[in-house]
Amino acid sequence: MEKLSFKLNAPTRAGGTRAQAIVGVVASGNLEVLLERASPADVCTIDIATAAHGFGAVWDAVVRDFVARRAAGGLRISINDGGARPDTVALRLAQGVRLIEEREA
Amino acid sequence: MSEWGMQKAALNERLTAGRRLATGKVVPIPKLPEFLKAVIRTGDRVCLEGDNQKQADILAAALADLDPADVSNLHMVQSGVVLPAHLDVFEKGIARRLDFSYSGPQSARIARMLFGRKIELGAVHTYLELFARYFIDLTPNVALIAAVSADRDGNLYTGPNTEDTPTVVEATSYKNGLVVAQVTEIVDKVPRVDIPGDLVHFVVEAGKPFYVEPLFTRDPAAITETQILTAMLAIKGIYAPYGVRRLNHGIGFNTAAIELLLPTYGERLGLKGKVCTHFALNPHPTLIPAIEAGWVEQVHCFGSEVGMEDYVAARPDIFFTGPDGSLRSNRAFCQTAGLYACDMFIGSTLQIDLEGHSSTVTTNRIAGFGGAPNMGSDPRGRRHPSEPWLKAGAEADPDSSAALRRGRKLVVQIGETFGDRNVPLFVERLDALELARELDLDLAPVMVYSDDVTHIVTEEGIANLLLCRNKDEREQAIRGVAGYTDIGRARDARSVGRLRQRGVITRPEDLGIDPLDADRRLLAARSIKDLMLASGALYRPPSRFRNW
Amino acid sequence: MTAATANSGSLSWYEASARQRIEALVDGGSFNEFIGPELREMSPHLSIFDLPEQFDDGIVIGRGRLDGSPVLVAAQEGRFMGGAFGEVHGAKLTGLLRAACKLKQDVVILFDTGGVRLQEANAGELAISEIMRAVIEARRAGVKVVGLIGGRAGCYGGGSLIAGTCSSLIISEEGRISVSGPEVIETNKGVEEFDSRDRALVWRTMGGKHRYLIGGADKFVEDDASAFRQAAVEALRGRGRCDLAVLDAEQQRLERRLRRFGEAGDAVAIWQAMSIDKPTDIPGLPTDEFRRRVADKREHADDAR
Repeated sequence: MEKLSFKLNAPTRAGGTRAQAIVGVVASGNLEVLLERASPADVCTIDIATAAHGFGAVWDAVVRDFVARRAAGGLRISINDGGARPDTVALRLAQGVRLIEEREA
Repeated sequence: MSEWGMQKAALNERLTAGRRLATGKVVPIPKLPEFLKAVIRTGDRVCLEGDNQKQADILAAALADLDPADVSNLHMVQSGVVLPAHLDVFEKGIARRLDFSYSGPQSARIARMLFGRKIELGAVHTYLELFARYFIDLTPNVALIAAVSADRDGNLYTGPNTEDTPTVVEATSYKNGLVVAQVTEIVDKVPRVDIPGDLVHFVVEAGKPFYVEPLFTRDPAAITETQILTAMLAIKGIYAPYGVRRLNHGIGFNTAAIELLLPTYGERLGLKGKVCTHFALNPHPTLIPAIEAGWVEQVHCFGSEVGMEDYVAARPDIFFTGPDGSLRSNRAFCQTAGLYACDMFIGSTLQIDLEGHSSTVTTNRIAGFGGAPNMGSDPRGRRHPSEPWLKAGAEADPDSSAALRRGRKLVVQIGETFGDRNVPLFVERLDALELARELDLDLAPVMVYSDDVTHIVTEEGIANLLLCRNKDEREQAIRGVAGYTDIGRARDARSVGRLRQRGVITRPEDLGIDPLDADRRLLAARSIKDLMLASGALYRPPSRFRNW
Repeated sequence: MTAATANSGSLSWYEASARQRIEALVDGGSFNEFIGPELREMSPHLSIFDLPEQFDDGIVIGRGRLDGSPVLVAAQEGRFMGGAFGEVHGAKLTGLLRAACKLKQDVVILFDTGGVRLQEANAGELAISEIMRAVIEARRAGVKVVGLIGGRAGCYGGGSLIAGTCSSLIISEEGRISVSGPEVIETNKGVEEFDSRDRALVWRTMGGKHRYLIGGADKFVEDDASAFRQAAVEALRGRGRCDLAVLDAEQQRLERRLRRFGEAGDAVAIWQAMSIDKPTDIPGLPTDEFRRRVADKREHADDAR
């Protein structure tokens, strides 16, 4: 497994009150994304364990686009990846933010 | 003897030789090997059906069983290289030269044999092109065809899988060629006469149906959210604004998703009756829900599809059926329809380069072209106008005078930025170029040329190449929808931003589509069983797709 | 012409994830997860094989309410390692069942498993037996343990053994229950005996409809989360006895069943022997029609399960 770590500026704080959210499943071509509110309000950390080696540059591009487009401030994001495509990764990250911003029942 | 009747004399020789082994027109199976040896000559041009779907499998096996000492050097002209026997004839030295169109199921082996110089390649064609050459310079001496049944006069019923047969027989029989048909059974009276007995010289009763490839069945269970997203983009970003009513869908999961989104997402957008009313298309099971919901007025088919026969027969207002009630397909006419009478082609591919050329060739697989280039090209001979055609033409050439400005057919390439096994769709250099070099071909095998492609749809958005004013814009437009592939990541962000502002690139958000809404629940059917139920149990899926 | 109905209302059980199933099963917002993903209790073994881990090790456990009543819930994620049991995965379910026994709370298990993980074979097999014991002890204490089966991985191997100890089983057509999987049978007995690629055969032999008919499952539902929920609510209202008399009765039923159907070469012959009209139609029938046709002809396990 390859381990990658990113710490990025995320000026907009992720909305909502939920402490955490989880989306996805670890399987071939898929990934799970755990989001916790455990970072400073304007920072987003992303820790990745991935079965696909050598794609650091692609992860870099995906996570940078993510923090630029979504409100990800204050989030500690942890990923277990089974070799998903970048667009699937982007989708899960977006799903994760949407879920953590969802109103609690 | 007149010098002008030599072909007729040669035909008579073959007929005499063949009749010694037949009773009337009927050749018994045990005599088949001897019969073929008697009627086929070394150096003959032979058309073996080898269609996209149906296969004259008994005749193919018998041909491959010939002794090359008796018959050799054959020039095979056939649409499809599908069965192992189609290549065995080359391994054994019975055949030497090949002109064909499609080789999907044999793509790996044919590549190996071409590289190994075991086959002398004439050319790879589109179906319509090959059919055209049957009448000019590739006319068969012998046609080995497949039909469902025959009467003793040789009248043939080809049924739902009529496909190429009328074209092959027309070219062969009227030019002094020999026509031999394998049929499942010989009957007193055929349900309808698809091929008149006058054109058929010999019939072989196989005792079992000819083999048919189930090519056009896509299991809705395999459709992914990303494919659904591309389908939503296509429907809202292309079908709707251009008002595409007459079209062809290339086979694939993206187009299957579009078909299954019409009764749900398309309905929500109020598009029923405005798009997708007329198709040049095989009877795709995934079109069943849209047909049942009243979207479709008419479908003409290239061939049939395994399990769809009863459904088609029960929908004669939609499909072309004979007086016997069963489907009548015709590849040559449907290809022509797709070329001239449709306003859009949309299909998937394996590689797209920075100019927009697209290809399904990889360095170790050669699948040929099939019919896609006919569908996926702008027919410059077209003259009748339609709304989408005129609109696309105006986008391509806004400055010229309307009365002298031809329209353009919409040719859309749709797919995810990363395909199977995470291989990128977008590449710097097509594998086809490498193949052309290795095989010493004049042309790299390109499926759809860049000057025919009008739109590219990926999960990242739509690139409208008609609106690109120069090569640079075109390149950036392609990079702008190439996602996180190397090609996509090397985009000039500023250029892409400007292209987006001009509407050359459209993102899902620009169409009011949230990628998170691309959900499998939008599909009108999520499984083969759903399709079966939607058809009122008329659709009988092949066993590989069923758990019942 | 019939209008195509969008599926937007219903959640396919088969396609749903473990967490989606729990959400659809329990009363809105009532689920409280135990040993959640944030605690990162993951498999200690998978990294040795350089395999990816999942934060919850492929099973979600916790407590919720079902139609107002508290219930403990476990849901296996069939897409992670085929839903197979490993050390942590198994321990979570064992712990939940022991808690159920202590708290006298009913349990709903959402099975979706191919059996035991090869990579954690010993721990997995131990877990299966611990779980079976825990189910029986809970049932002896008056707790009902209801199993729901309808996911991609089916309910195979050790999972099917556990299912056999449950108070009641709810299954959909997509569900399968068997100790041995189709490929294992083919490998061991040959393709003539069992062609694992013949999907219709697989489903006739181990699929939801056949299990329902032969008394291997108690309720048959549509592949729809609300149907599973409804059936679970009903199952929890049942009596749920677990004593020697019940087990004796079931043993006798199984012996009778074996005598009655043991010579049949295919499920259709069994259905025929059950006096089901046009047995070959069974696999193609929609849910309501199927239930209607077999109502008075199928086998029942009564309270045994």
